[in-house]
Amino acid sequence: MKKATGPVSHLTTPIRAWAHRFAFLILIVAAFALMLLGKADTVLVERARTAVTDAVAPILEIASRPVATVRDVLDQIRELTDLRAENAALRRENQRLRQWQAVAQRLEAENLALRELAQMVPDAGLRFITGRVIGDTGGAFARSVLVNAGARDGVAKNQAAITSEGLAGRVTEVGLRSARVLLITDINSRIPVLVGESRERAILGGDNTGQPKLLYLMPNSEIRPGDRVITSGHGGVFPPDLPVGIVTQASETAMRVQPYIDWAHMEFLRLADYDLPRQLSPSGEVAPAGPPMGALR
Amino acid sequence: MTDTAWTRLDGLARGLSPFALTLAFLMLVAVPLRIPDLSPILPAVGLIAVYYWIVHRPDLMPAWAVFLIGLIEDLLGGGPLGVGPFVLLVLYAAVASQRRVFVGGGFFLLWLIFVPLAAGAFVLSWVFSSLILDQFIAVRPVFFQYLTTVAFYPCLTWVFIQAQRAFLR
Repeated sequence: MKKATGPVSHLTTPIRAWAHRFAFLILIVAAFALMLLGKADTVLVERARTAVTDAVAPILEIASRPVATVRDVLDQIRELTDLRAENAALRRENQRLRQWQAVAQRLEAENLALRELAQMVPDAGLRFITGRVIGDTGGAFARSVLVNAGARDGVAKNQAAITSEGLAGRVTEVGLRSARVLLITDINSRIPVLVGESRERAILGGDNTGQPKLLYLMPNSEIRPGDRVITSGHGGVFPPDLPVGIVTQASETAMRVQPYIDWAHMEFLRLADYDLPRQLSPSGEVAPAGPPMGALR
Repeated sequence: MTDTAWTRLDGLARGLSPFALTLAFLMLVAVPLRIPDLSPILPAVGLIAVYYWIVHRPDLMPAWAVFLIGLIEDLLGGGPLGVGPFVLLVLYAAVASQRRVFVGGGFFLLWLIFVPLAAGAFVLSWVFSSLILDQFIAVRPVFFQYLTTVAFYPCLTWVFIQAQRAFLR
């Protein structure tokens, strides 16, 4: 085994010191080159990222399971303690939801009839791929998670990642058996949305805080706190009408949205394969039918 | 295989242990813990690990290993590429230039020195990430991640001390 020697004694010969400095300089230059390369956003960088995530995915998958189990047990214990109160609350909610269900059924029938009347083109089919969240890489500079589904499972770039509560993010990198989902709170996330009943168009832009901002709004748009935010489907990348969040702050300086999603309980993500191009293929072949859009909410 | 070959292999494995241990910790913090609001402020273990090893065993944490750790951290975390290696290399140079201060320094002295060093590293990360992304990154999460990193330092250091005793004599 080598003896522990400080680099002071290590660098006694000038040539060696010079070589060390030179190597260090090369590494610093390499770091700057990486910054430029990352900024150019080349295929190479993406391949390197997916190679790393693919390599660690099996390890993370094994490690994430016991954590999830412990977490579930803790949740169950907590639920047991306030079972009665929760039961009562659920009963009240159930009653209210039944009324809503009746309303929704009536509206769905009406909607269908009107669509037929207007001969509206049906929405593209939705197919879902479900992946377990195996990595939450954290840090203050980026917001993304890793899921254990990749290209071999049919995951593709730009698919919307959702939970039963709403939109979580967008697939940005796809490896063979893993994929990275850029969360809507990330500083690089930009999602076309509609706000409120007036359906004002805007872009939801993250800034690494918990509440993303609404950007590029019309100057005299009337947006109030409490307005619902949904995806607009503009650009054809995302399915329309996915619930995103609620406007919490609507001032001159900033419009902020609280996402519906509960980040702490995001164990699985459904990746929505919104098959617009196949829908428009000349053969008239319709994409495989997924669950109806109503099933998302 | 001869006895000397085994000894050399054994020495190599032991020599790689700081690097391997650091990688293991990078992966460990990536496991989703599902604790509300924790993930943005998870401690920067790469920073702590590199600091510990370049202070205690600089021969086992050469510049290229520091570079690789930063690179893997960036690739895994999905943040701006290149910032991690750069910041860790600056830390490496800072420690190497002031080696006299660190030699023989006790645990508390090293922790005390780590406080401003980590602050510098986070400021540097913030500046370069903001430059790359062309916009100011929110300062609050960065500040809180800095605090958790400083607070987590003793835990990680304890593990490294045990590892150093077990594998490195």
